[in-house]
Amino acid sequence: MVDTTTSTGSPGSRLLGLTTLVGLAGLILFAFVLTEPDVRLHPTTGEEFGQFDAVRLLYLHVPMAVLTYVAFLTCAVASAGYLLKRGVWWDVTAYASAEVGTVLCGLVLVTGSIWGRPVWNTWWEWGDVRLMTTLVLFLLFSGYLALRRTPAEPQRQARRAAIVALVAVLDIPLINRSVEWWENRTLHQQSTLAELKIEDLTLFTLMLGFVVFGLVFAWLMLHRFRVGWLEHAQAGHEVALAIAERHAEMETLDVDEAIGQTGGGK
Amino acid sequence: MTHLGYLLAGWGITLVVFGLYGWAVVRRGRRMAGSVPEGERRWITSKGEDHGG
Repeated sequence: MVDTTTSTGSPGSRLLGLTTLVGLAGLILFAFVLTEPDVRLHPTTGEEFGQFDAVRLLYLHVPMAVLTYVAFLTCAVASAGYLLKRGVWWDVTAYASAEVGTVLCGLVLVTGSIWGRPVWNTWWEWGDVRLMTTLVLFLLFSGYLALRRTPAEPQRQARRAAIVALVAVLDIPLINRSVEWWENRTLHQQSTLAELKIEDLTLFTLMLGFVVFGLVFAWLMLHRFRVGWLEHAQAGHEVALAIAERHAEMETLDVDEAIGQTGGGK
Repeated sequence: MTHLGYLLAGWGITLVVFGLYGWAVVRRGRRMAGSVPEGERRWITSKGEDHGG
């Protein structure tokens, strides 16, 4: 008897999933137990200042922000690939990375807001250019996903979505450069990572965050891509079935007509 | 530990969202895989499936 229990898993994806879970456990250990809170002393008054334990939120917020860029840039590259080559692989990759990227982008906004409350004393700042451009990115790709769900001829839908992705991704350089271009209109600090102003275990934990969330991203992409591939295969299968049914109907009609003509001649 | 509520909210929401989204994707894949002919289930393994040999 055939067991129809199937999944998008494979030995490789299961190993990746297991590694991701172990990595997440390690990251939590480093983020909550092994690293120190961000506490500094004011040079003149001697008062304590800094982010204190809220800094532990940055071990997930910063890697997810970078992976949001990676996801949407992947979507843009795959969209360009689709427009040039018209291959299903490109379209499925673009759709998968847009969906995973939107989940990441939503989490970046939420965790950033949660981090901002104790550190900046505000949940949200409408005048902050980086916050607003990130919100715009989230809304643009939410629109992309809505567009993909509208009923349309598959090739036309894929082509429209690819164009939207290529326009939406132009927001990423704005987000990335906003802290320099609009220095006075953002609460965000300039890049401390590129200039390695972070030290020792804090830096290590942040790097571990990049690796672990990179694994989460890879696992999600792998499964989401396979789901997309199955959706495409199912759509093709349904079309093939419909054509076969139509052919069968036509043949039946031909036979009926032939019988009718034979009968009429008698 | 300071800001414990914020830490639990930030980490909790992230892990729960990833967990739920991952579960939804895998579930969607399981449902889809059953309705696609075996030859077109590329990259996918089927547990205990009888391949006739």
